[in-house]
This record gives sequence, C-alpha cells and structure tokens, in this order.
Amino acid sequence: MAKFKMHMLVCGGTGCRASASDMLYENLVKEVKENGLEDEVQVVTTGCFGFCEKGPIVKVIPDNTFYVSVEPGDAKDIIAEHAIKGRRVQRLLYVDPTNKEQIADSKGMGFYKKQIRIALRNCGMIDPENIEEYLAADGYEALGKVLTEMTPDEAIQEMIDSGLRGRGGGGFPTGVKWKLAAKEKADQKYVVCNADEGDPGAFMDRSILEGDPHTVLEAMVINGYCIGASKGLVYIRAEYPLAIYRLKIAIEQAREYGLLGNDILGTGFSFDVEIRYGAGAFVCGEETALIHSMEGERGEPTFKPPFPAQSGYLGKPTNVNNVETFANIPVIYNKGAKWFASIGTEKSTGTKVFALAGKINNVGLIEVPMGITLREVIFEVGGGIKDGKKFKAVQTGGPSGGCLTEKHLDTPIDFDNLLAVGSMMGSGGMIVMDEDDCMVAVAKFYLDFTVEESCGKCSPCRIGNKRLYELLDKITKGQADKEDMDNLRNLSYVIRDTSLCGLGQTSPNPVLSTMDNFLDEYMAHIEEGRCPSGVCKDLIRYEVIPENCVGCTACARNCPVNCIAGERKQLHIIDQALCIKCGACLEKCKFNAIAII
Amino acid sequence: MTSIKLKLKESEVQQLKEVAKSFNNEPGELINVLHKAQEIFGYLPAEVQEVVAQELNVSVAKVYGVVTFYSFFTMLPRGRYPISICTGTACYVRGAEKVLDEFKRLLKVPVGETTADGKFSITCLRCVGACGLAPVVMVGDKTYGRVTTDGVKEILKEYEDQE
Repeated sequence: MAKFKMHMLVCGGTGCRASASDMLYENLVKEVKENGLEDEVQVVTTGCFGFCEKGPIVKVIPDNTFYVSVEPGDAKDIIAEHAIKGRRVQRLLYVDPTNKEQIADSKGMGFYKKQIRIALRNCGMIDPENIEEYLAADGYEALGKVLTEMTPDEAIQEMIDSGLRGRGGGGFPTGVKWKLAAKEKADQKYVVCNADEGDPGAFMDRSILEGDPHTVLEAMVINGYCIGASKGLVYIRAEYPLAIYRLKIAIEQAREYGLLGNDILGTGFSFDVEIRYGAGAFVCGEETALIHSMEGERGEPTFKPPFPAQSGYLGKPTNVNNVETFANIPVIYNKGAKWFASIGTEKSTGTKVFALAGKINNVGLIEVPMGITLREVIFEVGGGIKDGKKFKAVQTGGPSGGCLTEKHLDTPIDFDNLLAVGSMMGSGGMIVMDEDDCMVAVAKFYLDFTVEESCGKCSPCRIGNKRLYELLDKITKGQADKEDMDNLRNLSYVIRDTSLCGLGQTSPNPVLSTMDNFLDEYMAHIEEGRCPSGVCKDLIRYEVIPENCVGCTACARNCPVNCIAGERKQLHIIDQALCIKCGACLEKCKFNAIAII
Repeated sequence: MTSIKLKLKESEVQQLKEVAKSFNNEPGELINVLHKAQEIFGYLPAEVQEVVAQELNVSVAKVYGVVTFYSFFTMLPRGRYPISICTGTACYVRGAEKVLDEFKRLLKVPVGETTADGKFSITCLRCVGACGLAPVVMVGDKTYGRVTTDGVKEILKEYEDQE
C-alpha cells in the first residue's frame, strides 16, 4: 500500500451530500490525477463531521486544516494551492463568528473544543465503506478481547460497571438489560439494533451508521456472545438509503473477514446480522412495537412484562439496544469500564450525542460529556443564537420532551436532571428557539406530530391528544377562554397517567412545559387575542407604516395575492380582507415599512 | 378469497408472486414484501394488496391494516416529480410551513395529493436529517436546502421546463 503524505477527508454524510459533496469528491480525485499526485494525496469519503451548518466539509490530514462550505468548483484551488504549494486556501477557512478570526485547525474551533467523541470517534475520520480503515482504528479489537479473554458473565459485569445507560431515550442501564436476557434459557435468542430514528430533528443514529457502521456490528456480536444469541437484526428506517447501503457493505466485509458468521475468530462462537426495514412509524422506537413491526405486524406496543428479554422477537428472549448505545460499547471494552465511568456524572456516565438544530449558529451533531450545561452546549459549542437574536427556549427529547428556558441553562445535562425539570434526554434532539417562535404554536406543532404518530391502540393517546391539539388550535386562533387552560392541563395529566407506552406517557410534555414556562404567552393569546411573537396567523395582521413607506412597489410586486395597492412613490395599503398573511411583503421591504401588528 | 379482479396485468401479478416467493411466502415478511411491491408499482393499490394477501396467506384486512399504519406506504400514485417537504422540528422553526403553503398555493393541491396532470405530488416527511440545510425540500431524490418562499417558484420551474 502506498504511503500517502496527505489525506483529504470529504464528508459524505446525507447533509453534505445534499450540497453536492459527492461531486466535490469526484473533482478532487480528478485534480489529484491530473496533477500526478496519486501516490501522495489520498481523497477519502468519510462519515459526518458534525458541523453540518457549514457543509460540505473537507479536512486535510496531517495539518488538520478544516475547510467549510466547499463547492465542487473549489477542488482545483485546494489541490493547486494546498496539495502542491502547501498553502492553505484562506477563503475556505472557518471564520469564528464572535471575533471574525479565521481558524485553520479544527481543534481551535469552539464547536469542537468541548466535545469528547466516543460514539462518534470514527465519524469523519475513516472511510466507512472500507473495513481496513476500521481495523486500523482499533476496530474489532474489543470483540477479540471479549471472545478470547472474558466469559459472558465477566463481559456483562464490565458493562454494568461502566454505567452505560440506553441512549435511545429510556436511559435503562445497558448491562442490567443484558443480564436479564442472559439468564433466560432458550434455544434461540436475538440481538436487535434499534435504528428506527423517528424523532424529528435527531440524526445521530443515521450519522453513526453512515460514518462508522462496523462499530455497531462489532457491539452486536459482543452483545450476542454475552446473552447467548446467534442472530442479530438491525431495524432501520427505509428513509435512510445511504445508511442502509453502507451497513450492507459493512456486513458483507465483516463476513469476508470472519468477524460475522460461523466460528468467529476461531472461538467457536457464531453470530450473523440481518437487516429489517421500518416503514415510517415513530411509535416503532418503542421496543415492543419495534418487535411487532419486525414480525410483519402493525407496530403497536404491548404491555410489559413480559419484557423482550423474556419474550421478544418470535417469542424468544431478545435484547434491544439503540445505535448510539452500541457505538459506545467497543470503546468501553478497549479502554475499560472505569475509564468510561470517569466521564460524565455519577448516575449518567459517558457522553451523549446531540443533534443541535433550529435557530442556532452551529447546526450539527455534537458529542459532549454528560453533566455539561445547556448554556455551554448552546452558546459555546453551538455558537449562540442565529442572527444575534435572543434565546427563548430549547426543546430536548423531541416530541416527548419539554421546552426549557433561560432559567434552566445552567442545569447540568443528564438523564435525571432533565426529567426533574420536566423534559427528558430522549434520543438527543435539541432544537433551539428564539424570540420569533411562538411557544403555543410550537406545542401545537408537537401535538400535530403526536396525533399523526399515535398508533391508535389506547384511547387516552388516540383521542386525548387529538383533543389537546384542538384546544391548542383554539388558543392560536384566539377563540379560547380561561377554562380551556384548565382543560388543557387536566387532559394532559390524564393522557400522561393512563397511556400504555412512552409515546402517550410523554406526549403532553411539550404542552405542560410550555404552560409552566410561558404562561404569559398563553394568556396573551387568550385574554388579549394577541400573539406576542407574531406567528399565529389569526391573531396578526400586516400593516404599512406610512412614515417609512417610500412607495418602491417591492411589496406590491411580490404579493402573491395582489392585495397591496399603491402607485410608485406613493403610500401603499394592504387590503386586509384579501391578505393571506404569508409575510412576503415584510421580507421584501427594505425600508422597515411593513410591521406585524 | 379465491378470485382476484384482474386489473393488474398477468405479468405484474406474476412479478408480485415472485417477490412473495423470494421471501418464502412467510407471513412475517409482509412488510418486506410490501416494500418491494411499492418499489415496483410506485404505490400499493387495493389490487396489489389482494395479491400480496393471497400469496402470504393472510387476510386482505391485515395487509390493509399494515399498509395504512406506516407512513412510508401509500395507496395513491405519486406524481412524476414527487415533492416532499420536511416538516421535522428543525425545518419547522426555520419556516417549513411557509414553504409548504407556497407549494400548495402554486400547485393548487393539498398535501398527499397529485396534480391533475400527474406531474407533481406533495407530501410531508419528518426529518431527512439534513437539519443544517433547513428548511429542506426533496423532489424525487434531489435535495434542496435553505428553501425560501421565493425559491419554491424556482424549484417548480426547473421541472416545468422538462417535458
């Protein structure tokens, strides 16, 4: 194998691909060839770097240069300048938004400074379609260690000692779960990887499978050895074509190398993995629902016990863990439970991957130690709020979580603290909202999601959430009264207390948390018929401010329903009866002459 | 259920039978069979569901129950250029609703339906995971990021010029 002087890592995650990173890769390869650098420069497609805001990303090793927002046309410059002349292409470097300084080395970026990457360790570092690269990064070493040096009981104990808790949302101790499945006696047991990432705004599982599929496979084999299972199943969303493609390659390669299949590493232990496809149902993230879906049924949850560890897939003992949980496991065996437990907080060890999105400067995937505060995540890693606006709320845990505010910013993030303040860890979605977001409308948005995704099995969830949505709709239309607020709260409690599965038990969280933290906003809608953030269409109108209007006609020309009248250089007027409140006039006006009232 | 109304071509029924056979006609493989069937036909009309039910030896009601449960399966044909607007939370807070409204207004069809000429259809999907590009719109396999209401017209124009 040739020894390259320089490696160019091009992000091949879904986000960057959507911005033509595949074309960029091809152009780089072409330029390398044309300049006769094939023996010196290697161009590699990797998984997600996490810094999706400024994609596509190109990282150059060994000097750690981090290029952002790279276009396919930039390939020529990168090769001509950086690869040949050894000069960085200045215009593609990241500029720190706070002090406007260029940062060349990714280690100096605020985005990466506070991150500790365990589950994401290989994402953006290795070529996910080449098992050799995973092997070079200590891949399958943990498997070798567990299979040859540890008994299943010892390996499970190590997992318990690490304190790892399920990263899919529940936070159940992984080692304890394994122990339950291990002690069942059966002719066949199963290991299931839950890759049905349905939480809107969370994309860590997809990024791990796209960027480092072997880590999941390795952990599944270890899991199989510990509980005595010979079959693994990955339940993955059909909406993730790239992750499926790379996972399939990884499975093939692992089989070729004898790391999957019969007699793994000559130890006599056999284990193989198959893929099962989800078909778009949020509730299938719940493990009993997921198992029913794998059996070809509607994905409806069933009562526990029996737990999947006792009677799961096809009635056999089954252990279900999520992708991110699995991604931590090989490292725990390589570096030891003690090392892992030393990161994070006492009851929530290790790190957590968050998908940071919404009104924040650095949208992307981050991995931070448990116990970090929301303030550090949002203002340091996330780079603060977009367009210099004011922070208003952050929703953690997706549709099952709650909206947290300014007063929660210094709460250390872990499973228990988030629950205590009325939200939850969930799968790690973190959506930041600014002063322009109406919290009643946000609660309504989440309820709309829940109503659509409720499987319909239990009435509190099926009917109750629909009623909750209608109450919120009434408020956003200014038709509600104070009694509706009581109904909203009481109904929320009933749904929470009487639903069978996690979906219904947590669906009122966005309502309750916004009512607790933004009561004044609810009351403004109800008592004054006013939406303080100017979002709820029925409660706002667009008006021309006469003293600012210069009569440029920009608003009238862009109005999709032609409801703005006015001659050139004369005051314009909006016909309220025809206005559809799309906001196009406000966006187009350069003179601040349109206001939301 | 012995007789099937043959709205499907004999060759298509045969194709479906082969798909079912490739999964050993196992009832537990229902979802996988439906995925393949939707790949072939683009959607899952009642006639397709009937054949699948017969081949896997389950009731049509059960097949229908599964098809309607999962959002990935559709019983309506999609347009030649299926438009999917991401309405995940990240896109929502960055203005996906306005973009969706603009598509609905310009194409004059509601979500879940196809234009009369069969060219465009509008659906919503929940998070494609490209949250850095929010709001995101997909037309077929092509992704458009940071779409504004103005951008909607341009996206449609790209496809109107074709054909």
